[in-house]
Amino acid sequence: MKEITELNLPEDIKYSDSHEWAKVDAEIITIGIDDYAQDQLGEVVFVELPEVGAALSKGDQFGTVESVKAVSEIYTPVSGEVVEVNANLPDAPELVNNSPYDEGWIIKIKADDPSLLASELNDLKDKAAYIAMLKG
Amino acid sequence: MEDQNSCRGGFENCLNAQQTAASGLIFKEPFLWEKSRDGRCAMSIPMQDVEHSPLDPELVGDAPNLPQLSELDVVRHYTRLSQWNFGVDSGMYPLGSCTMKYNPKTNEVQASRLGFAGAHPLLDEDLCQGALELIYNLEQYLAEITGMDAVTLQPAAGAHGELAGMLTIHAYHAKQGHQRTKIIIPDTAHGTNPASATLCGYQSVNIHSGDNGILTPEAVAAVMDEETAGIMITNPNTLGLFEENIKEIAQIVHAKGGLVYGDGANLNAIMGIVKPGELGIDVIHLNLHKTFTTPHGGGGPGSGPIAVVKALEPFLPVPRVEKIPCSPNPNQSSKERGNNLNNDKNSYKYTLVYDRPDSMGRLLTFHGHFGILVRAYSYILSMGAKGLTDVSKLAVLNANYIKELLKQDFYLPYDRPCMHECVFTDKFQSDNGVTTLDMAKRIMDYGFHPPTVYFPLVVHGAIMIEPTETESKQTIDQFIHAFKSVAQEAKENPEILKSAPHLPKLSRLDEVSAARKPVLRG
Amino acid sequence: MESSNSMNYLPMRYLPHTQQDIKEMLTVIGCKSLDDLFPTIPAEYRIKTEMCLPKPMTEWELNAHISELASKNASSYSNKVFIGAGSYPHHIPSIIPYLISRSEFMTAYTPYQPEISQGTLQGIYEFQTMITELLGTEVATASHYDCGTALAEALLIALRKKKNSKKVAVSSLVHPHHREIIRTYFEPAGYKMVELPATVDGTTDLSYFDEINKSSTGGIDDIAAIAVQSPNFFGCIEDIAQVKAVAESKKIMCITSFTEALAYGLLKKPGQLGADIVVGDGQSLGIAQSFGGPGLGIMTSSKQYVRDLPGRLVGRTKDRRGEDGFVLTLSTREQHIKREKASSNICSNNGLNAMIAGIYMAAVGKIGIRKIAQLNHDKAMFLKTKLEEAGFEIPFKAPFFNEFVVKAPEGFAAKREELKKKGIVAGLDISKYYPTKKFDQNGKSCGQELKNHYLFFATEVFSKDDIEMLAKEVK
Repeated sequence: MKEITELNLPEDIKYSDSHEWAKVDAEIITIGIDDYAQDQLGEVVFVELPEVGAALSKGDQFGTVESVKAVSEIYTPVSGEVVEVNANLPDAPELVNNSPYDEGWIIKIKADDPSLLASELNDLKDKAAYIAMLKG
Repeated sequence: MEDQNSCRGGFENCLNAQQTAASGLIFKEPFLWEKSRDGRCAMSIPMQDVEHSPLDPELVGDAPNLPQLSELDVVRHYTRLSQWNFGVDSGMYPLGSCTMKYNPKTNEVQASRLGFAGAHPLLDEDLCQGALELIYNLEQYLAEITGMDAVTLQPAAGAHGELAGMLTIHAYHAKQGHQRTKIIIPDTAHGTNPASATLCGYQSVNIHSGDNGILTPEAVAAVMDEETAGIMITNPNTLGLFEENIKEIAQIVHAKGGLVYGDGANLNAIMGIVKPGELGIDVIHLNLHKTFTTPHGGGGPGSGPIAVVKALEPFLPVPRVEKIPCSPNPNQSSKERGNNLNNDKNSYKYTLVYDRPDSMGRLLTFHGHFGILVRAYSYILSMGAKGLTDVSKLAVLNANYIKELLKQDFYLPYDRPCMHECVFTDKFQSDNGVTTLDMAKRIMDYGFHPPTVYFPLVVHGAIMIEPTETESKQTIDQFIHAFKSVAQEAKENPEILKSAPHLPKLSRLDEVSAARKPVLRG
Repeated sequence: MESSNSMNYLPMRYLPHTQQDIKEMLTVIGCKSLDDLFPTIPAEYRIKTEMCLPKPMTEWELNAHISELASKNASSYSNKVFIGAGSYPHHIPSIIPYLISRSEFMTAYTPYQPEISQGTLQGIYEFQTMITELLGTEVATASHYDCGTALAEALLIALRKKKNSKKVAVSSLVHPHHREIIRTYFEPAGYKMVELPATVDGTTDLSYFDEINKSSTGGIDDIAAIAVQSPNFFGCIEDIAQVKAVAESKKIMCITSFTEALAYGLLKKPGQLGADIVVGDGQSLGIAQSFGGPGLGIMTSSKQYVRDLPGRLVGRTKDRRGEDGFVLTLSTREQHIKREKASSNICSNNGLNAMIAGIYMAAVGKIGIRKIAQLNHDKAMFLKTKLEEAGFEIPFKAPFFNEFVVKAPEGFAAKREELKKKGIVAGLDISKYYPTKKFDQNGKSCGQELKNHYLFFATEVFSKDDIEMLAKEVK
């Protein structure tokens, strides 16, 4: 397992306490699991994805990430409608390990309420706060 | 003469003088369908002595494309496959929590007697008195062993017994007029417990055992309330320790109207020593394939009877087998009654009773795994009361002996007298980068099946050893010696462990690719 | 276990410890006697008197006792038992008891250590392959307990897959015991089973689904699946393609079951007819009847449901040296990982019986299974003709495989009792399974309560002479 200092935690995204990340591009938010989560889980063998069109509220479980010996539930850090899921994951779940912030993204959500989105994003942690949390 | 190169993997010292295992001739064997040649058949086909009656062609499909083989092809195939397996008859199988004891061969003979093997489950009652008598007697014996009042043999396996136990508790609370929503499950529980509770709609409330690995009454009292259906408790627990506060815990649960479910997977430690029914347990499941010597069969079939206190008997699955006095049939001569299909010489008969309005219903299509029941029944009759008591004493003796002799070499998280199994960890070895898994794989090279690993979950890197009573001191000494050698290798030559095992046909299978791209058929 | 003269003390043969061994081991532990081994059990918990069990038997006494019990059953080997209904006598080739007794198979645990379990693993993988070949499906689990429990679990899959569903529609011609198991499994979750009636020809009446949208008590939204058994409890062959069409039109799952696996040596495969999940019992594939258990629960489906299936799966992979091998896979679905979130709690299954079924399918092969299946049908047709000649009526006209219902002439019940003394068990009285008039459709009664109705069957084990003798005796 990686030490906290070895983790790849980009500056330009937000982190949730349950180890998802969110990246904002106008009203589309891309969501995945971060380097800490993929490292803890080990080699990912399966990602259960939601249906496109599903309406999610912040904190809803929208899928699971599985390794050989563990299952981890994933929760959305923001509210909105699922507009896209990563179609490469069913065939290549290892993308979550190899490229957690890029090719290994999991879903894209369209937020329909900008003020709600702003407040939800505000609840998430930036890199420094997230590292502080990991250090406990 | 020792050929150092005989060890695949190229490690010079991977064969150790202490090993009981040597390498031998192992065959490769293709899939059945790769051996198939059109036109062969390995079965004797009965004669066509009646007229051929074709079905409507609309209903008929293509013949299933099964392999076409000769009888020797089939025999050789499965013989070779069997040689890739390790069973209790091959060597010591100290798999914690699984009670891999010797499976007596007479039990197999008894189960295959034609009067049992050829008995139809829906025979008229007067035509299956022998089977019903066996069921009735076995229920009585298991009730006596557990100190409970009634037993059902219907559940097909331990987990099915757990489900039966949960359904009993659910039916009991329903009858009381107030269904409850939660159930308490300690962290030392079997993994099946929470899954069984969920099937009955109960939410698991997890509690932690105390620092000494034992559940405290305070922890139970803190969460027990009138919305809680009861507690699921394994005693001896999965750390191999006796839950000494069990009676007090049962009182706390009972005081709030709850029930105590006992997981009897570890009954092998306490037969003739304590009776669960006298400890406040209301319902307990037993694994006949653990304690009562029926073979595990590479994963089943097992049998998971449950035993209950009197108040819970009405909820047991139907049909129930009852013993009732015979009323002589006036139309039948005594000679006819003596006929072997109508044997009532004992003036009792056994009957199936369905009229139990509070019963949970049926759990299995017929009468449980009857063939397994015959084996367990034969075992109990072979052992007797004293014999079963000796079983538990010797099982506990063997486990404590291993615990004492290995605790210098392996970290023992709970250093107190154990029951029939003991739990170590890889803490002493982890500095050399050696894990529990590495040691488990390496012990295969010594000719032993590995212990249970990474269970119980509350112990990090657990190595759980259950020797059972049927292993002799001499075998156990070899096992201890082997494990000590592995500890030594972990210090001096950790690489040999990380690439272990070296002698089996295969080594370290890739479970990640198996799960990423499942190939589940050929 | 108290000390005694070593020549007088003879331990039970399964217990290897000599008095000397015990002494030495106790010394290592620091205990004086075996009773001292239990210091953590409070003294007041210890039982004071020995358990009350029969005196131990020698191997020879046990042989005599069990032989006597076994002789009190009317075995299919020494009697002519014309009862099927979920347990069928078929010829079992000698290689099956011979091979399955190999203790490497029989005395192994679940193959959690694949390096030393490849025999079980390849055997089960081959079973999974052949059983999907038999049923026309894509994936099969390593086994379940029996057909009834597998069917209940299949219906639970459907209920989980469809949000807010609460009900399933199950044919009343599914084995009555299987429907009882479904009720037991459904009760705590509050799920309901709608039972579909039978048509006059002895197959499932699907008209419920025509009416359903008009009914005031809710539409299709809360129904997750439709399940039929084929051949059904009356022995009749269901139109699975039509069941699938109905299921598809209502966007619910189509589940089929069977109790007579050999039927699929002849019939169209349920998977190819569109069944989403096919469950059944494999007892006919070389497994002894053994008073109904252990049998072999079979659960198979199309690929899309693989992660929803409960129980173990064997998958192919490679080892670190690149050799082909097998492991238990997708185990994250199972109880020991998902714990309270698992969909089923099954762990031990009926694996050794899956091995038997594998050996049977390998032995019988493509040619043999078709011949034996056809022979089953031929014998049953011959029995039907003979019983008709003897005055029995055939109430249900749908085609059957090897099992069918007859309406017996008055006075047959007494004759059946007489025949038992001659070692003949003439059919199964099915009136108790259908006590009320469930057979109404459109207000028209299409059958009485099934008084005097018996389920008969024949397999390849009955000779022409056996069948003619039965027909002569019941006349």
